[in-house]
Amino acid sequence: MVKRMDKVDVVTVGVGWSGGIVASELSKAGFKVVGLERGAESSVEDYVSSKDDVRYRQRLEMMEKLNKSTFTTRRSIDEEALPIRNKMSIKIGTDVGGGGSHWAAQTHRYFPYDFEIRSQTIERYGEEKIPDWMTIQDWGITYDELEPYYDTFEKTMGISGEEDPLAAPRSSPYPTPPLKKTAVMRLFEEATKKLGYHPFVIPGGTLSEKYENPDGQVINACQYCSFCERFGCDFGAKADPVITVIPTAKETGNFELRTHSEVKRVLYEGDKATGVLYVNTLTGEEYEQPADVVVLTSYTFNNTKLLLLSEIGKPYDPKTGKGVIGKNFTDHHTSPGIKGLFKDRKFNRFISTGMLGSVITDFAADNFDHTDVDFIHGGHVEAREGGNMPIETNITPEGTPSWGKEFKKESLYYHNRHVSFFLQRASMPHKENYLDLDPTYKDDYGDPLLRITNDFTENEHKMDEFLLEKGDEIMKEMGASETQLNYVEHFDGNLAYQHNSGGVIMGDDPETSAVNNYMQMWDMNNLFVCGASAFPHFGTSNPTLTLGALTYRATEGIIDYLNNGEGQLLKTESKEEKV
Amino acid sequence: MTDNENKRENEDGSNNEKTNEIENVSRRKFLKSSGIAAGGVVGGALLGSLLGNPFKSEPSTKVQPLSIDYGETRQFFKRKSDFDILNFATETIYPEDEHGAGAMNLGVPYYIDKQLASPWGQNAEDYMRKPFIKKDQTSLNRGEVFLRGLRKLNEVAQKEHEDEFKNLEEEKQIELLKKFEADEVEMEFVSSAYFFELLRQTTLEGCYCDPMYGGNKNMEGWKMKEFPGARLSYTDYVEEEDFVALDPVSLKTQTQ
Ligand SMILES: Cc1cc2nc3c(=O)[nH]c(=O)nc-3n(C[C@H](O)[C@H](O)[C@H](O)COP(=O)(O)OP(=O)(O)OC[C@H]3O[C@@H](n4cnc5c(N)ncnc54)[C@H](O)[C@@H]3O)c2cc1C
Ligand code: SF4
Repeated sequence: MVKRMDKVDVVTVGVGWSGGIVASELSKAGFKVVGLERGAESSVEDYVSSKDDVRYRQRLEMMEKLNKSTFTTRRSIDEEALPIRNKMSIKIGTDVGGGGSHWAAQTHRYFPYDFEIRSQTIERYGEEKIPDWMTIQDWGITYDELEPYYDTFEKTMGISGEEDPLAAPRSSPYPTPPLKKTAVMRLFEEATKKLGYHPFVIPGGTLSEKYENPDGQVINACQYCSFCERFGCDFGAKADPVITVIPTAKETGNFELRTHSEVKRVLYEGDKATGVLYVNTLTGEEYEQPADVVVLTSYTFNNTKLLLLSEIGKPYDPKTGKGVIGKNFTDHHTSPGIKGLFKDRKFNRFISTGMLGSVITDFAADNFDHTDVDFIHGGHVEAREGGNMPIETNITPEGTPSWGKEFKKESLYYHNRHVSFFLQRASMPHKENYLDLDPTYKDDYGDPLLRITNDFTENEHKMDEFLLEKGDEIMKEMGASETQLNYVEHFDGNLAYQHNSGGVIMGDDPETSAVNNYMQMWDMNNLFVCGASAFPHFGTSNPTLTLGALTYRATEGIIDYLNNGEGQLLKTESKEEKV
Repeated sequence: MTDNENKRENEDGSNNEKTNEIENVSRRKFLKSSGIAAGGVVGGALLGSLLGNPFKSEPSTKVQPLSIDYGETRQFFKRKSDFDILNFATETIYPEDEHGAGAMNLGVPYYIDKQLASPWGQNAEDYMRKPFIKKDQTSLNRGEVFLRGLRKLNEVAQKEHEDEFKNLEEEKQIELLKKFEADEVEMEFVSSAYFFELLRQTTLEGCYCDPMYGGNKNMEGWKMKEFPGARLSYTDYVEEEDFVALDPVSLKTQTQ
């Protein structure tokens, strides 16, 4: 028997950054919001004494367990997909705060080029620059339209940063100054400047100083302790929904957070959502939560899975290219990298924050002329401090075995004598990379698993070669005695760090997108789907700042919708408005 | 699987060894070496003396004869013979040498024993639904993989050298483990490469875990790597140009 709860204005599914933003903005505006979170309650107290490599980095204490449900993966539409069995292969946040509690907190804005990628590419290089298989599209929003929301989210988090000289204009400076520079960062700056590039300190949410955000929430100064990415911050020094948007929502008295509540379906009548069906994961009891507006904030995968299971929107068919739900899936974070071994120099590699480092964006977006290269978009060269966690950091010269005497000797020697580059780069959608439901494997409730069909494309391979060459040049300029280039060939079923996008993409045409630029479903006016699921492609850098900015914009749309009637919010000439 | 296939970049820019067990080893790593950068060549001996480098190039000798420590209670392994093989297999992967202790004296076997007795050893958080159609998607849990793998090591040792694994000369132990690593040993329900990677991974974990886990005895593993452990703050050292040598700190100091 399904128990029916009292109706509320808004129900949001999943309470990480996007769910937290929905909760804080709507409850501040006076609406009653219920947040349903499948995981447990969390607090900074959970993070105390968490500087434990085995528990948090190796066993992934803060990530989704796979025993009840997982995902299947395959490389092409002709293969049979296999389930991901071990959570080391898919690190997804669970519990209140979601991925926003254990993230590294690196926060770049996307470039204006990203939002108008198709039209700008055609304008500058002609239509033939875009291969047939590449399903890029404009996002239905411009950088200038999104800028105010970037600004809002950066202020909520107190981002510490230095301006990227190649980035688009900002309406205000970073809320807090950049983090301190290590010797590696200084060396990188020197080398890149010498080569004519434009280095700056990576912006992010491990804060350089104590900060109070506009909602009155306080974030402390980072201690550079290194137990950061995959950990919660015991100092309350990392921007985390648990210490920002969620308490803000709770303080209004309008937000109710229900944990251990896993949503199974979006309920609807005709083209109107009526609420959601959820299960209490402790008792197995089923509940219906009716609401005027339903918001999905359960991350790329579950946003897509819930729509497919609820049969909302037209599922994407990779053979015909028709349909939208599941379209334009990208896996971003399997990026190439470079190791530089420094035979005669030691660095304090054990000092870091989640994202401490310096970067250049000279080869990102359309920041350089692509006429003579065989790919579009590009990537960063990032000199990152990683904290040098000793279990996984085993740097050896090329040709050294991975265990035994020689391995021990070399891995000890180079432990603090190396520099690491991370080459984050953009992922372009391929018409056969998509999400759908698996025909074989099921979750604990008997629902099919989400199936991921993905492989890396020519565009990535060409871009990787290009970026590796540039990075190698910089690493040598820094004085490395040996450089090791890590090139990524195929998708191997490992999805790292919640850098997945697509499935419920945005745009200005219901034929080729699922949501408008308020994250409102074209097919269901009171259903909003927030997260990187909306990205038609994955830009160079980490997703959260952009997905949060889009969510802030969505909350304005939801308020508008609740106050002013029931139509489509997007008032463009080509779209008829269904008021 | 070769040395380098098991690597990838980490989100935080930390090093690119993929620390999980192999699920799928198709990702290839292409290494291109740039060799020694011009001007960067300094004689090894000179370099050593300049930097106070403790890494001498003399052949290593075992400082003291290794003996198995039976002084702690075992939580997973029942048979002493299994535990014995584990001791020598981990020591082969991380041997004692002039830099310091090897796996046995670091407590690695007990670390692994406890891990296999934990929910992780029983794959409690893994998706274990059928069908299992490939060997690197084994239906065995990690504890079972270890038992089968270690016994297989002895079986192959008996077959090829007519002795138990623990009694073999170091060279022969290495040679046998290499066969497992290269997936040349036939095992049921799981590949020998999978077992080997699990063994290698947990050995390194035991060498460098917080000592509270039973490995990394006296923080010897951390000292060898000059890793300062679970320190609360490095704010005062971030901007240092030179290397800062700090004594390691265990989590133990923070849990009272
Ligand atoms: C190790 C790591 C490092 C990262 N570093 C960075 C970084 O440096 N910079 C960056 O920008 N991004 C980073 N990310 C990515 C970042 O964490 C995500 O982009 C972000 O968390 C997405 O926010 P979200 O609210 O959309 O989803 P999530 O944070 O995943 O939140 C979704 C919530 O929904 C819940 N949920 C899911 N399904 C259901 C359901 N059916 N019913 C109820 N609840 C449900 C989940 O439990 C979760 O709490 C990192 C991720 C990881 C794993
Ligand atoms: S590095 Fe800074 S933000 Fe990260 S956990 Fe440590 S103190 Fe917190």
